[in-house]
Amino acid sequence: MNWQTVADALFPQGHRIVERNNFLSGEAQVGGQAVTVIGTTAHTPIGVEIALAQATAILDTVRRHPGRPIVIMVDTEGQRLRRRDEMLGINSYMAHLGKCVELARRSGHRIVGLVYDQALSGGFITSGLIADACYALPDATIRVMGLPAMARITKVPLERLEELAVDNPVFAPGAENYRRMGGVAEIWHGELAAALEQAIAQAGPEDRRAELGLERGGRKLSFRVAQAVRTGSDVQAA
Amino acid sequence: MSSYQEATARQRIAGMLDEGSFEEFLPPQMRLTSPHLPQLDAPVSFDDGVAVGRGTIEGRKVFIAAQEGAFMGGAVGEVHGAKLVGMLRRAVDERADAVLLLLETGGVRLHEANAGLIAVSEVMRAVLDTRAAGIPVIALVGGANGCFGGMGIVARCTNGVVISEESRLAMSGPEVIETAGGVEEFDARDRALVWRVTGGKHRYLLGDAQAIVSDDIRSFRDAALRLADAARGAGTGLTLEALEAEQRMLGSRLERFGELEDPLEIWEALGVDDPHSVPLLETDAFRELAERHREGAAS
Repeated sequence: MNWQTVADALFPQGHRIVERNNFLSGEAQVGGQAVTVIGTTAHTPIGVEIALAQATAILDTVRRHPGRPIVIMVDTEGQRLRRRDEMLGINSYMAHLGKCVELARRSGHRIVGLVYDQALSGGFITSGLIADACYALPDATIRVMGLPAMARITKVPLERLEELAVDNPVFAPGAENYRRMGGVAEIWHGELAAALEQAIAQAGPEDRRAELGLERGGRKLSFRVAQAVRTGSDVQAA
Repeated sequence: MSSYQEATARQRIAGMLDEGSFEEFLPPQMRLTSPHLPQLDAPVSFDDGVAVGRGTIEGRKVFIAAQEGAFMGGAVGEVHGAKLVGMLRRAVDERADAVLLLLETGGVRLHEANAGLIAVSEVMRAVLDTRAAGIPVIALVGGANGCFGGMGIVARCTNGVVISEESRLAMSGPEVIETAGGVEEFDARDRALVWRVTGGKHRYLLGDAQAIVSDDIRSFRDAALRLADAARGAGTGLTLEALEAEQRMLGSRLERFGELEDPLEIWEALGVDDPHSVPLLETDAFRELAERHREGAAS
């Protein structure tokens, strides 16, 4: 999906977002207040440069615009699969981006992610999944890998995976599966600007995804196991 | 000497902590297994591939986790990830002196891929929450499977990484890159190349590991304690200043090394006279050489 179309719908009060080598950055108006926007487009893989560029934009916001909300627009095919990126320590660049977002959160910035097209694996951990809350458009693709590749690696027949995927959110691609598991807060079907304004108003620093996954029935054990470890008790029945 | 690499997760923990002090949370006797693996006819493990608990090291109250590389390569599933998160939360509740993460993992467990991905993200945030609470978190990377995928990111969200020459820290594995980009991009069977790109020595020289030790459990322990104590002294949480310093380091790394093809060229650019000798050096000799050339390592 075209990022400009999405940006126009998200920010009807105006935005100045520029795209440079598939990296989006700029500012926009939401409900009368300025927000920082960062993101990627054209399914671009996240390599060391783009991870660093996003981190730079986040730190710049923390320095120059204390408290200003941050919107992360997600469209990526995942981390860049290159020997060069590994040689340069791409995990450190990704971690740096994640830590910059975390610093912003702890400094009082609200952070909302939106998967407007595609989100995959490593490129998702330090974008939508590190936000206070991540949302998705109905047609968004979210996955670690496709079922054919998963069939090859797990040696489970593709037909069996497709059959299980119908009512099991745990490995099949799709925004709705991530919603059921709590990784995606909501899927936005209606008017985007209002949804974004509300999302920013509701954003908070606490990680409630495991609880959401339990409430929604998509991840029944995560919250209970973490609580059992934390409190030294047995795993509570659902 | 007691090999870290050859030890199991629980042997590593036993070798780290004061004798008899380990108390495991949700131990295997509880038989808590992945609900997702059986439907794909995959075997389960009574600890889901990770042991978590608490103990002491020379008077310090230490919370600890060790991933078991022998079970699905230490990959993170729903239960596995939740155990890590629960341990980190409890470390905060009980005011631990340090948290040690003994990471050996390929990252997300594909059999429960979506749950694994969200779990890794939850672990990452929990690590940062723990640091923010004033508790140092140290990653130890010394297993034969290395530390890959999203957990390679998590390792770099800690206060410091201890690595051995034999182990590896990266994101996408060489096989994955070769599958995606061909053997010209990354020949996963060229072991020397794989170690140059992902191995402990390169990580230490680049500044992505804060300590390099020989393959010995005690050496790992001592280095982890030093990093934890130093972090407690300097402040464990994220600061703008530290992240600005890290940004400068990563930016300068791109400028200086971004056009280079092989770690040998990077080592040469760092001023190492004979980069070809680096893979052959024993850990002590290597550390001595590296002190003159390695990049500073903020986190």
